[in-house]
Amino acid sequence: MSEQVQDSQWPLWEVFLQPPKGEAHEHAGSVHAATAEQALQNARDVYSRRGEAVSIWVVPSGAITASTPEDMGPFFDPGNDKAYRHPQFYKAPRGVRVF
Amino acid sequence: MSFLFPYLLRLADDRLVLGHRVSEWCGHGPILEEDIALANVALDLIGEATALYKLAGAAEGQGRNEDALAYFRDAVDFRNVLFVELPKGDFAVTIVRQLFFSVYSLLQMEALSKSTNAELAGVAAKTVKEARYHIRHSAQWVVTLGDGTDESHARAQRAVNDLWRYTGELFLADDVDREAAAAGVGIDPSTLADAWRTQVTEVLQRATLTVPTVAYMQRGGRDGKHTEHLGHMLDEMQIVARSHPGASW
Repeated sequence: MSEQVQDSQWPLWEVFLQPPKGEAHEHAGSVHAATAEQALQNARDVYSRRGEAVSIWVVPSGAITASTPEDMGPFFDPGNDKAYRHPQFYKAPRGVRVF
Repeated sequence: MSFLFPYLLRLADDRLVLGHRVSEWCGHGPILEEDIALANVALDLIGEATALYKLAGAAEGQGRNEDALAYFRDAVDFRNVLFVELPKGDFAVTIVRQLFFSVYSLLQMEALSKSTNAELAGVAAKTVKEARYHIRHSAQWVVTLGDGTDESHARAQRAVNDLWRYTGELFLADDVDREAAAAGVGIDPSTLADAWRTQVTEVLQRATLTVPTVAYMQRGGRDGKHTEHLGHMLDEMQIVARSHPGASW
């Protein structure tokens, strides 16, 4: 991530919305804004005008540290040789079969 | 209740005309996000106008619905204040006007949410929420522009100066206002002036802008005496409805 494309607009903010059902905040997209308050308002106008959210987070895009495609192997290799890491390894008691 | 129709009509006209002015930014906003924000504000205002026109049409009892009232009246029949019909100007004019109107609208609608007319009280309660958001949006922008660069400060101050002389009309009460207030349906707008000035001054000070001192205030809109700008605006706003009367889509 050393060569970022220079953005001619205002700083970019990532937008996270919490759905009305009370689930966790989910990434919705991004907006440009000069300040955090403006980012919050833009996020409301762009992503949540029709009651999609009960709470909004905005985070400066630059503040997010993301994994890179090169991390694919070491980060996400499921380790299939270690079966005990998978929940399927365990037998669920009959009482909780619904799950 | 002869005051009811004209009273509801002026509430609706203010919002339709301002809503159309704000909608003129659609596709022309300074950035994409602000373009959407302004379109949202415009839609809120036009939605408020629609609800108020419905009530007005019912109060009049002549079978005119919201479309008839919005699209088939001429400028002399409109009862909006001059303030809302002025051209959208640059972004500073639009955003300063939005602050001025939204503070007025919030004070007015907070009072009307206690109206003895239950339907009007319902529309007012919904409008209060929208006006609060419009204030938050426009106040944030007025401070950003006023306390920004030399250019943005100069433009914001010019907008404040140009618009100020039109704000007096918002608080003029006539017989319709007084009768509506006496019946518990409406409010006397002159009672809102002090609170409006306090709130607007607070924002302008934060924005390092100067509150103008203007002796003469423009008026006439409530009597149908409008600036030339309203006629031109209505020509554009009404042409589709008038060219294809009864069309639906």
